[in-house]
Amino acid sequence: MDEDAELVARVRAGEEQAFVTLATRHHSTMQRIARTYVASAAVAEEVVQDTWLAVLRGLDGFKERSSFQTWLLAILVNRARSTGVHEHRSVAIGDAGPAVDSSRFDESGAWMSPPLHWVEESDSRLLAEGLADRIQATMRELPERQREVVMLRDVAELSAREVCEALEISEANQRVLLHRGRSHLRQALEADLGRI
Amino acid sequence: MRVLLRRRELVCQEMVELVTAYLEGGLSRGQRRRFEAHLAGCEHCTEYLEQMRATIRLTGGLRAEDLTPEMSAEFAALYQRWRAEEQ
Repeated sequence: MDEDAELVARVRAGEEQAFVTLATRHHSTMQRIARTYVASAAVAEEVVQDTWLAVLRGLDGFKERSSFQTWLLAILVNRARSTGVHEHRSVAIGDAGPAVDSSRFDESGAWMSPPLHWVEESDSRLLAEGLADRIQATMRELPERQREVVMLRDVAELSAREVCEALEISEANQRVLLHRGRSHLRQALEADLGRI
Repeated sequence: MRVLLRRRELVCQEMVELVTAYLEGGLSRGQRRRFEAHLAGCEHCTEYLEQMRATIRLTGGLRAEDLTPEMSAEFAALYQRWRAEEQ
Protein backbone atom coordinates (compact mmCIF):
# COMPACT_ATOMS: atom_id res chain seq x y z
CA MET A 1 0.00 0.00 0.00
CA ASP A 2 1.41 3.42 -0.82
CA GLU A 3 1.76 6.09 1.80
CA ASP A 4 -1.38 7.97 0.78
CA ALA A 5 -3.49 4.84 0.83
CA GLU A 6 -2.20 4.00 4.28
CA LEU A 7 -3.02 7.49 5.56
CA VAL A 8 -6.49 7.33 4.00
CA ALA A 9 -7.13 4.06 5.78
CA ARG A 10 -6.10 5.63 9.07
CA VAL A 11 -8.31 8.66 8.45
CA ARG A 12 -11.20 6.32 7.81
CA ALA A 13 -10.42 4.62 11.08
CA GLY A 14 -10.79 7.98 12.81
CA GLU A 15 -7.23 9.19 13.26
CA GLU A 16 -7.08 12.96 13.22
CA GLN A 17 -3.30 13.10 13.01
CA ALA A 18 -3.34 10.96 9.88
CA PHE A 19 -5.55 13.55 8.25
CA VAL A 20 -3.25 16.42 9.22
CA THR A 21 -0.31 14.48 7.77
CA LEU A 22 -2.19 13.71 4.58
CA ALA A 23 -3.31 17.31 4.13
CA THR A 24 0.17 18.64 4.83
CA ARG A 25 1.71 16.27 2.31
CA HIS A 26 -0.37 17.61 -0.54
CA HIS A 27 -0.70 21.17 0.60
CA SER A 28 1.89 22.98 -1.47
CA THR A 29 0.91 21.35 -4.76
CA MET A 30 -2.73 22.16 -4.07
CA GLN A 31 -1.90 25.74 -3.16
CA ARG A 32 0.06 26.21 -6.36
CA ILE A 33 -2.70 24.80 -8.50
CA ALA A 34 -5.36 26.86 -6.75
CA ARG A 35 -3.25 30.00 -7.14
CA THR A 36 -3.41 29.75 -10.91
CA TYR A 37 -7.20 30.10 -10.73
CA VAL A 38 -7.61 32.80 -8.15
CA ALA A 39 -5.78 36.03 -7.57
CA SER A 40 -4.97 35.83 -3.88
CA ALA A 41 -3.27 33.34 -1.63
CA ALA A 42 -6.11 33.69 0.87
CA VAL A 43 -8.75 32.66 -1.65
CA ALA A 44 -6.52 29.81 -2.83
CA GLU A 45 -6.31 28.64 0.77
CA GLU A 46 -10.11 28.62 0.99
CA VAL A 47 -10.27 26.51 -2.15
CA VAL A 48 -7.82 24.05 -0.62
CA GLN A 49 -9.81 23.87 2.62
CA ASP A 50 -13.06 23.37 0.72
CA THR A 51 -11.44 20.60 -1.22
CA TRP A 52 -10.38 18.78 1.91
CA LEU A 53 -13.85 18.99 3.35
CA ALA A 54 -15.23 17.57 0.10
CA VAL A 55 -12.59 14.84 0.26
CA LEU A 56 -13.52 13.90 3.81
CA ARG A 57 -17.20 13.86 2.94
CA GLY A 58 -16.56 11.75 -0.12
CA LEU A 59 -14.01 9.43 1.41
CA ASP A 60 -16.42 6.49 1.47
CA GLY A 61 -16.91 6.88 -2.26
CA PHE A 62 -13.19 6.77 -3.02
CA LYS A 63 -12.57 3.41 -4.60
CA GLU A 64 -8.80 3.22 -4.89
CA ARG A 65 -8.98 2.30 -8.54
CA SER A 66 -7.28 5.62 -9.18
CA SER A 67 -4.49 7.01 -7.05
CA PHE A 68 -5.54 9.16 -4.15
CA GLN A 69 -3.65 12.13 -5.54
CA THR A 70 -5.42 11.91 -8.90
CA TRP A 71 -8.78 11.82 -7.15
CA LEU A 72 -7.83 14.66 -4.83
CA LEU A 73 -6.57 16.94 -7.60
CA ALA A 74 -9.64 16.28 -9.75
CA ILE A 75 -11.77 17.59 -6.87
CA LEU A 76 -9.45 20.54 -6.35
CA VAL A 77 -9.56 21.51 -10.02
CA ASN A 78 -13.33 21.47 -10.00
CA ARG A 79 -13.51 23.67 -6.91
CA ALA A 80 -10.84 26.04 -8.15
CA ARG A 81 -12.55 26.28 -11.51
CA SER A 82 -15.88 27.35 -10.10
CA THR A 83 -14.28 29.78 -7.65
CA GLY A 84 -12.00 31.20 -10.36
CA VAL A 85 -14.89 31.86 -12.72
CA HIS A 86 -16.31 34.39 -10.31
CA GLU A 87 -13.20 36.43 -9.93
CA HIS A 88 -11.47 35.83 -13.24
CA ARG A 89 -10.38 39.04 -14.85
CA SER A 90 -7.47 38.10 -17.10
CA VAL A 91 -7.97 37.91 -20.82
CA ALA A 92 -7.27 34.38 -21.94
CA ILE A 93 -4.72 33.70 -24.65
CA GLY A 94 -6.50 32.20 -27.65
CA ASP A 95 -6.89 28.46 -27.54
CA ALA A 96 -5.72 27.65 -31.05
CA GLY A 97 -2.71 29.04 -32.82
CA PRO A 98 0.79 27.74 -33.48
CA ALA A 99 3.48 27.09 -30.87
CA VAL A 100 5.55 29.88 -32.42
CA ASP A 101 4.13 32.74 -34.45
CA SER A 102 4.35 32.01 -38.17
CA SER A 103 5.97 35.41 -38.82
CA ARG A 104 9.15 34.01 -37.28
CA PHE A 105 9.66 31.52 -40.11
CA ASP A 106 10.48 32.13 -43.75
CA GLU A 107 8.52 30.69 -46.65
CA SER A 108 10.35 27.38 -46.49
CA GLY A 109 9.45 27.03 -42.79
CA ALA A 110 12.98 27.70 -41.52
CA TRP A 111 13.65 30.04 -38.60
CA MET A 112 13.91 33.64 -39.75
CA SER A 113 13.74 35.13 -36.27
CA PRO A 114 15.28 32.29 -34.20
CA PRO A 115 14.64 31.73 -30.50
CA LEU A 116 16.35 34.31 -28.30
CA HIS A 117 18.69 32.91 -25.65
CA TRP A 118 17.48 32.68 -22.08
CA VAL A 119 17.98 29.20 -20.64
CA GLU A 120 21.30 29.80 -18.92
CA GLU A 121 20.26 32.80 -16.91
CA SER A 122 16.81 31.51 -16.05
CA ASP A 123 17.84 29.27 -13.17
CA SER A 124 19.50 31.93 -11.09
CA ARG A 125 16.98 34.57 -12.08
CA LEU A 126 14.04 32.49 -10.95
CA LEU A 127 14.56 33.52 -7.36
CA ALA A 128 16.12 36.88 -7.96
CA GLU A 129 13.64 38.46 -10.28
CA GLY A 130 10.26 37.04 -9.57
CA LEU A 131 10.26 34.70 -12.51
CA ALA A 132 7.98 32.41 -10.55
CA ASP A 133 5.41 35.22 -10.38
CA ARG A 134 5.72 35.68 -14.11
CA ILE A 135 5.10 31.98 -14.70
CA GLN A 136 2.11 32.06 -12.36
CA ALA A 137 0.74 35.10 -14.18
CA THR A 138 1.15 33.50 -17.60
CA MET A 139 -0.45 30.39 -16.26
CA ARG A 140 -3.48 32.40 -15.21
CA GLU A 141 -3.79 33.74 -18.75
CA LEU A 142 -3.81 30.30 -20.31
CA PRO A 143 -7.12 28.85 -21.41
CA GLU A 144 -8.48 26.81 -18.54
CA ARG A 145 -7.88 23.37 -19.99
CA GLN A 146 -4.30 24.13 -20.96
CA ARG A 147 -3.62 25.47 -17.50
CA GLU A 148 -5.08 22.42 -15.84
CA VAL A 149 -3.04 20.03 -17.91
CA VAL A 150 0.20 21.96 -17.38
CA MET A 151 -0.40 22.25 -13.64
CA LEU A 152 -1.16 18.60 -13.20
CA ARG A 153 1.65 17.38 -15.43
CA ASP A 154 4.45 19.82 -14.75
CA VAL A 155 3.71 21.09 -11.25
CA ALA A 156 1.96 18.16 -9.58
CA GLU A 157 3.93 15.74 -11.77
CA LEU A 158 1.08 13.38 -12.50
CA SER A 159 1.53 11.00 -15.43
CA ALA A 160 -0.25 11.60 -18.73
CA ARG A 161 -2.63 8.77 -17.91
CA GLU A 162 -3.48 10.20 -14.49
CA VAL A 163 -4.16 13.61 -16.00
CA CYS A 164 -6.53 12.08 -18.55
CA GLU A 165 -8.30 10.38 -15.68
CA ALA A 166 -8.48 13.44 -13.45
CA LEU A 167 -9.76 15.74 -16.19
CA GLU A 168 -11.69 13.12 -18.15
CA ILE A 169 -10.01 13.90 -21.44
CA SER A 170 -8.48 11.70 -24.14
CA GLU A 171 -4.77 11.11 -24.46
CA ALA A 172 -4.63 13.02 -27.74
CA ASN A 173 -6.40 15.96 -26.11
CA GLN A 174 -4.08 15.87 -23.16
CA ARG A 175 -1.06 16.12 -25.42
CA VAL A 176 -2.40 18.99 -27.51
CA LEU A 177 -3.33 20.97 -24.40
CA LEU A 178 0.04 20.28 -22.81
CA HIS A 179 1.80 21.34 -25.99
CA ARG A 180 -0.08 24.61 -26.28
CA GLY A 181 0.27 25.44 -22.61
CA ARG A 182 4.01 24.76 -22.50
CA SER A 183 4.52 26.64 -25.76
CA HIS A 184 2.80 29.72 -24.34
CA LEU A 185 4.93 29.55 -21.22
CA ARG A 186 8.11 29.23 -23.26
CA GLN A 187 7.06 32.23 -25.30
CA ALA A 188 6.47 34.29 -22.15
CA LEU A 189 9.89 33.34 -20.78
CA GLU A 190 11.54 34.26 -24.04
CA ALA A 191 9.73 37.60 -24.08
CA ASP A 192 10.90 38.31 -20.54
CA LEU A 193 14.45 37.02 -20.56
CA GLY A 194 15.45 36.61 -24.17
CA ARG A 195 18.58 38.19 -25.60
CA ILE A 196 20.07 37.85 -29.07
CA MET B 1 7.31 -5.52 -53.33
CA ARG B 2 8.70 -2.99 -50.94
CA VAL B 3 7.80 0.56 -51.73
CA LEU B 4 10.38 3.03 -50.62
CA LEU B 5 8.77 6.29 -49.73
CA ARG B 6 11.24 9.05 -49.67
CA ARG B 7 9.92 11.30 -46.94
CA ARG B 8 10.93 14.92 -47.14
CA GLU B 9 12.81 16.44 -44.26
CA LEU B 10 11.07 18.28 -41.45
CA VAL B 11 11.28 22.05 -41.41
CA CYS B 12 11.69 24.20 -38.28
CA GLN B 13 8.08 25.32 -38.28
CA GLU B 14 6.98 21.68 -38.08
CA MET B 15 9.59 20.88 -35.47
CA VAL B 16 8.18 23.32 -32.93
CA GLU B 17 4.80 21.60 -33.19
CA LEU B 18 6.31 18.14 -32.63
CA VAL B 19 8.41 18.99 -29.58
CA THR B 20 5.86 17.87 -27.00
CA ALA B 21 5.11 14.63 -28.80
CA TYR B 22 8.86 14.06 -28.98
CA LEU B 23 9.36 14.69 -25.25
CA GLU B 24 6.36 12.50 -24.45
CA GLY B 25 7.76 9.62 -26.49
CA GLY B 26 4.74 9.91 -28.74
CA LEU B 27 6.44 9.96 -32.14
CA SER B 28 6.60 6.91 -34.36
CA ARG B 29 10.06 5.53 -35.01
CA GLY B 30 10.21 7.17 -38.42
CA GLN B 31 9.03 10.52 -37.09
CA ARG B 32 11.50 10.36 -34.28
CA ARG B 33 14.34 9.66 -36.67
CA ARG B 34 13.39 12.60 -38.84
CA PHE B 35 13.02 14.81 -35.77
CA GLU B 36 16.47 13.91 -34.52
CA ALA B 37 18.00 14.23 -37.97
CA HIS B 38 16.72 17.77 -38.16
CA LEU B 39 17.98 18.56 -34.65
CA ALA B 40 21.44 17.37 -35.51
CA GLY B 41 21.73 19.99 -38.22
CA CYS B 42 19.79 22.88 -36.69
CA GLU B 43 21.13 24.86 -33.75
CA HIS B 44 17.97 26.95 -33.45
CA CYS B 45 15.68 23.95 -33.08
CA THR B 46 18.18 22.40 -30.67
CA GLU B 47 17.97 25.55 -28.60
CA TYR B 48 14.18 25.55 -28.90
CA LEU B 49 14.01 22.01 -27.54
CA GLU B 50 16.30 23.00 -24.69
CA GLN B 51 14.01 25.95 -23.92
CA MET B 52 10.98 23.69 -23.77
CA ARG B 53 12.85 21.48 -21.32
CA ALA B 54 13.80 24.54 -19.27
CA THR B 55 10.18 25.74 -19.32
CA ILE B 56 9.03 22.42 -17.88
CA ARG B 57 11.75 22.56 -15.24
CA LEU B 58 10.90 26.14 -14.23
CA THR B 59 7.18 25.43 -14.10
CA GLY B 60 7.86 22.47 -11.85
CA GLY B 61 9.92 24.66 -9.55
CA LEU B 62 7.22 27.19 -8.75
CA ARG B 63 7.70 28.33 -5.23
CA ALA B 64 5.61 26.52 -2.68
CA GLU B 65 3.77 28.45 -0.03
CA ASP B 66 5.16 27.39 3.27
CA LEU B 67 2.95 25.50 5.56
CA THR B 68 2.55 27.34 8.83
CA PRO B 69 1.64 25.79 12.19
CA GLU B 70 -1.68 27.65 11.97
CA MET B 71 -2.48 25.64 8.88
CA SER B 72 -1.93 22.37 10.68
CA ALA B 73 -4.35 23.63 13.28
CA GLU B 74 -6.81 24.51 10.55
CA PHE B 75 -6.58 21.05 9.09
CA ALA B 76 -7.26 19.58 12.51
CA ALA B 77 -10.27 21.88 12.87
CA LEU B 78 -11.49 20.83 9.45
CA TYR B 79 -11.26 17.22 10.43
CA GLN B 80 -13.22 17.82 13.63
CA ARG B 81 -15.88 19.66 11.70
CA TRP B 82 -16.29 16.70 9.42
CA ARG B 83 -16.41 14.29 12.36
CA ALA B 84 -19.14 16.39 13.91
CA GLU B 85 -21.14 16.18 10.69
CA GLU B 86 -20.74 12.43 10.64
CA GLN B 87 -22.27 11.97 14.08
